[in-house]
Amino acid sequence: MKKTRIQALGDELYQAMLSREAVEPLTSRGEDISIDDAYHISLRMLERRLADGASIIGKKIGVTSKAVQNMLNVHQPDFGYLTDDMVFNSGEVMPISDRLIAPRAEGEIAFILKKDLIGPGITNADVLAATECVMPCFEIVDSRIRDWKIAIQDTVADNASCGLFVLGDQAVSPRKVDLVTCGMVVEKNGSVLSAGAGAAALGSPVNCVTWLANTLGEFGIALKAGEVILSGSLVPLEPVKAGDSMRVDIGGIGSASVRFA
Amino acid sequence: MSKTLSREQMLALAEHVENAELQAHDITKVTNDYPDMTFEDAYDVQWEIRRRKEERGNKIVGMKMGLTSWAKMAQMGVETPIYGFLADYFSVPDGGVVNTKELIHPKIEAEIAFVTKAPLKGPGCHIGQVLAATDFVIPAVEVIDSRYENFKFDLVSVVADNASSTRFITGGQMADVADVDLKTLGVVVEKNGEVVDVGAGAAVLGHPASSVAMLANLLAERGEHIPAGTFIMTGGITAAIAVEPGDNITVRYQGLGTVSARFE
Repeated sequence: MKKTRIQALGDELYQAMLSREAVEPLTSRGEDISIDDAYHISLRMLERRLADGASIIGKKIGVTSKAVQNMLNVHQPDFGYLTDDMVFNSGEVMPISDRLIAPRAEGEIAFILKKDLIGPGITNADVLAATECVMPCFEIVDSRIRDWKIAIQDTVADNASCGLFVLGDQAVSPRKVDLVTCGMVVEKNGSVLSAGAGAAALGSPVNCVTWLANTLGEFGIALKAGEVILSGSLVPLEPVKAGDSMRVDIGGIGSASVRFA
Repeated sequence: MSKTLSREQMLALAEHVENAELQAHDITKVTNDYPDMTFEDAYDVQWEIRRRKEERGNKIVGMKMGLTSWAKMAQMGVETPIYGFLADYFSVPDGGVVNTKELIHPKIEAEIAFVTKAPLKGPGCHIGQVLAATDFVIPAVEVIDSRYENFKFDLVSVVADNASSTRFITGGQMADVADVDLKTLGVVVEKNGEVVDVGAGAAVLGHPASSVAMLANLLAERGEHIPAGTFIMTGGITAAIAVEPGDNITVRYQGLGTVSARFE
């Protein structure tokens, strides 16, 4: 794909994010887009946001569950960038009506790094050694693509459908918790909605971070000390609207809650 | 709720359904022949099957709860779960072999089991009483096997069929209820080395202990209770997963080790 075309699509998605007006799927326009092209489109979108003053505070991993991989017919995850304007603290009100188009909530485990991770050749042991702590997290994903009609290239280009996220009220050393078996319970408006466990994300959330470090290594990009890494949803996506409230509890880690306005 | 079956009809149904279990062949739903059957009729059939086994020398070693997830209850259009009993020969050692030739179309579910140290009596039994009366909790994998064609049944039929009970495997590590958060306790089910399902304790009625309370309350309807020392499987944390000869299953429990079995 030509560089000018990549820029134009990146600009279009950037505008869609600002205006909260979804665009038609990029993959429905009769042009071939490779996954590599899609990442370049997402980088253009990021470039525009950084020019507006946003700063990168971490990365997210998406498409980690088998259900979503089967839906998109891909067998690898994808990634996007987290910026300082996306993060909320547990208990805060999140203004989704002003910020997002078609928000959906995912319960995840966030990793906070204390050392850089530069792939390739990163192992799970490296990831654990570089992790300061893990935290409960809600990621509120959103799609700038109309009605979430996404192919893998669409979501990759759209910053892995990243929206906003909430970090929980506790942080735990990875030495203190079994990240494969830790259970997750999500409640919406006071009722249990879904339950899962760490293994739902590629067998282990640690596998996801390792994959990201090695994949970004191929692009010459590091996971940096201090960054937040969202490791992928452990439960099905749930559409949310203003007025809803949600809570996630993760066994041995803690909880996070959010109210939507 | 009242009874619609004569004693002779109830006894005949118990023999019919139990024979299907013992001979590992499927049958049509009992409600096909008795569409007006009630819950009470169905539990009469189940308790008669239990009596038949005890008369034959089998011991009853525990109880199980079924249809404990909100999703399954909604699917079946009911608001309460159901119970069944566990006979001695249902027990399979951890790491042991389940002989599928003795079964029709087995599926497995990951569960948390309770062992009581004090009696629990309904009605009005609640989570607090259950936790106070619990000696320990321990991981369990239940093998269910409906005797009905294609695992298709209604609520009355499944109650008469002992809530699809057939085998169970207990293992891993026991724990005090004070030391585990049963609501967020995670489980990971692996079949032949691949993760096939995950869940957490809250999938069982919000908290597995509420399943034990419901058992006490359901038993009270028949003037029965949960004696001290009872082993109780609280219901599936995960979906039921079909198994075939040659499969092996390992279920990992957060902080409570693993339970495994092979199917031959």
